[in-house]
Amino acid sequence: MAKIDWPAADKRSLIGKRIDRVDGPAKVTGTAKYSYDIKRPGMLWAKLVTSSHARAEIADVDVTGAVALVGEKAVWKDPDLKEVQYVGQIIAAVAAPTEEMAVEAARLVKVNYKKLEHQVGDDKAEFSKEKASSRAAGDVEKAFAEPDVTVSQGEYGVPVITHCCLEPHGQVTEVRDGELYIWPSTQNVSRYSDRLGESVDIPQNKIHVETQYMGGGFGSKFGFDKWGTIGALLSKQTGKPVHLMLERDLELATAGNRPSAFAKIKVAAQKDGTITAVDAEVWGTGGNQGYNPPPVPYVFTKIPNTRLVGKGIRTNRGGQRAWRAPNHPQGCFLTMAAFEDTAAALKMDALEFYLKNLKLTDRPEVYEQELKIAAEMIGYKGKAHLRGDKSPGHIKRGLGLSVHTWGGRGHPSECDVTINPDGSVETKIGSQDLGTGTRTTIGIVVAETLGLPLEAIKVELGKSEYPTSGASGGSTTIGGVSVSSRMAATAALNALLEVVGKKLGAGADGLEAVGGEIRQSDKPQNKISWKNACALLGTTPMTKRGVNNPNESEKAGMLSAGVGGAQIADVSVDIETGLVTMNEMVAVQDCGLIIDLKTAESQVYGALIMGVAYSLYEEAVYDLRTGQMLNADMEFYRLAGLMDVGTLKVHMMTGKGYDERGVIGLGEPPVISPGAAISNAVANAIGVRVPQLPLTPDRVIAALQKGTAVA
Amino acid sequence: MSAVRPLAEAAGKNPEVRGPGDIPISLNINGQTRKLSVEPRVTLLDALRNRLDLTGAKKVCDRGTCGACTVLVDGHPIYSCSMLAIEAEGRSISTIEGLGDPRHLHPVQKAFVQNDAQQCGFCTPGFVMACSAFLKRHSNPTDEQMRRGLGGNLCRCGTYAGIREVVHNVKGGV
Repeated sequence: MAKIDWPAADKRSLIGKRIDRVDGPAKVTGTAKYSYDIKRPGMLWAKLVTSSHARAEIADVDVTGAVALVGEKAVWKDPDLKEVQYVGQIIAAVAAPTEEMAVEAARLVKVNYKKLEHQVGDDKAEFSKEKASSRAAGDVEKAFAEPDVTVSQGEYGVPVITHCCLEPHGQVTEVRDGELYIWPSTQNVSRYSDRLGESVDIPQNKIHVETQYMGGGFGSKFGFDKWGTIGALLSKQTGKPVHLMLERDLELATAGNRPSAFAKIKVAAQKDGTITAVDAEVWGTGGNQGYNPPPVPYVFTKIPNTRLVGKGIRTNRGGQRAWRAPNHPQGCFLTMAAFEDTAAALKMDALEFYLKNLKLTDRPEVYEQELKIAAEMIGYKGKAHLRGDKSPGHIKRGLGLSVHTWGGRGHPSECDVTINPDGSVETKIGSQDLGTGTRTTIGIVVAETLGLPLEAIKVELGKSEYPTSGASGGSTTIGGVSVSSRMAATAALNALLEVVGKKLGAGADGLEAVGGEIRQSDKPQNKISWKNACALLGTTPMTKRGVNNPNESEKAGMLSAGVGGAQIADVSVDIETGLVTMNEMVAVQDCGLIIDLKTAESQVYGALIMGVAYSLYEEAVYDLRTGQMLNADMEFYRLAGLMDVGTLKVHMMTGKGYDERGVIGLGEPPVISPGAAISNAVANAIGVRVPQLPLTPDRVIAALQKGTAVA
Repeated sequence: MSAVRPLAEAAGKNPEVRGPGDIPISLNINGQTRKLSVEPRVTLLDALRNRLDLTGAKKVCDRGTCGACTVLVDGHPIYSCSMLAIEAEGRSISTIEGLGDPRHLHPVQKAFVQNDAQQCGFCTPGFVMACSAFLKRHSNPTDEQMRRGLGGNLCRCGTYAGIREVVHNVKGGV
């Protein structure tokens, strides 16, 4: 009888190996149908009419022209909207038989605004009109007054960046025979439609959600949003399917804002490098919503004397959305930049400084091991120098490092595994594959459990009809789905073993499924092929459900939470042009038991690349006067290109000490450190801190001209 | 992206007035003649996706920046969002759907799978087309050639490490 646990290392045939993703062929051939690609018979195309002003009263919305073109039922306007709060806020929508006609109809909607004052600036603390939040530990004033401490202080900042999902937000909606069918681009298939039906008067049990492939979410695609409601309403009114996906400018300006974080930070350290106090004032914007300041100090949470004052700035911008590892990249950058400035003030090697202070973290041994491996990988000893590359010439080179942490505990998840009498196996789960490899890992777990090759397992996911599984956010999916699928497969196998045991004259407890056979563990020659074993089921397929209850699974050692990672960046900076070039970046990461090493490594490579982009290029630039986002396109909202990212090296911590922790998520942690590591590398190269991300040439030149010496 | 054959007008012929409203056109796509009806303002990308349901090429930036809509016209990679469907008449159009299918992958597609040069996969068809054209032209590309030849395609998930492996592994093998 198979138990609910993970197989020992020497018993694993698939888990932990480098395995190609199962949906790779569908993706590389263009046959994978994304929500954007769904085409239904008679489908209409919808376009949104949105606010051109950052704040205004809506005096009148005249839809006469649009109605004349596409008909009354294909036009929707917000009946309750009195005031718009940001550029791009939805006012009305139209639908038409062709996309071109829909664009034209949208243009015919006339909106009369009465402009009001707005606020989009977020980089000055005095913009905050909110009550400041504050938390403190120890005695900060006293710690800074100690005679033998070195005090370093600086200002740092991370602007608002946007998710820039390549597939924008939106969905195809169809109301047919009183039932609502939706194909959204979502990270949350099982619970996407909660309360969506209210606006169209369709109960939850008549709503069907399906997402087979989606083009990126990064934390911004959990709910159905306003456009989900509009799509459902237009579909109900017209009786036709409606395709409504955001245009690129709306996607960038309104469907994904990561809150900014600017700070003044003061650090006190003893002569040996030990940090004794951190005093931080942090401000930033979450758009028109509240603000939760990022954690400072980050990771080094056992520093005895700390104070963090947070000041939120409400702005007339689109609302904030979770972006991979919410608040961690900001907290990490602010903390590690201030710390490396402290190391520079002490004229200490940065690695030595970090190692010295690891006792102030929750997992000193893990970080020490990871930092040392990262240093080895990048050749730290041969390349490191104190702040400021003293070599001649205008190209300066430097190294910078950072450490980070994340939880990543698996979410509640249910999964069905069916063993058919013909030997075929199917798995059904209401999860989704964002491109992280969820399909593949579920297949691996079920195949491993049943002793079958991966190709023998059919994995079906992405439908709300399937057993409920959590949203894919916060690195919770792999822990959730690997445990529920393991439990379902184990239960189905055990039921089969009961049947097979009678045939083989052995107890089910003494049987195992290995290599396409079921055999007696202590007498392997007493065996039956998988196909013949399944035939014993007669005409009834064997379906069993696995339920991951995270608390119980953690106790059982199937999953856990809390990982560490270390990264080091190697950059060159041209001090004449201000251009930063990535030479190399290394990442060392743990995430417990790894199911598919290949897709796990892809997550880390991807995080480094996303990290280079937000460190060097990404910023939502706003015009203070008009309140418009000036770069709501992909030409001026820059992402990194293929050759902009330098050499990348990834090392996953596996084996003893890590495998026993069970499965832990990986989507968030490696994306946290790049901003800190790259900024620190630039400071190490040019001798001064460039206080704000992204590290654009103008900012590098300005920092050099100012020559901000570290106090 | 390389330039394609210039427009008839630019070549000095008499300009032809077509439209407004739907006009019949025929496109040569993956070796087959496809007849359709489009307004002159419809891009090749929208014609492929919305009229012919060839949805491999993706609409992402819709202004010639990201390369997700890359198809080959007369063997050259182009942004299909930035070419009108009527401009593509009389030319040979190759889309991802014609390169290989899941059971018969083109060597570049196979390498994308093996090197996990994809995550969400939304940029992948465009990248595969760009890489297949690039590798035909450069059997042993330098870094600078890769920067220029493949820098016109963008990925958000961050699959460049895998894509660079594809280019290095497949070179000379197309």
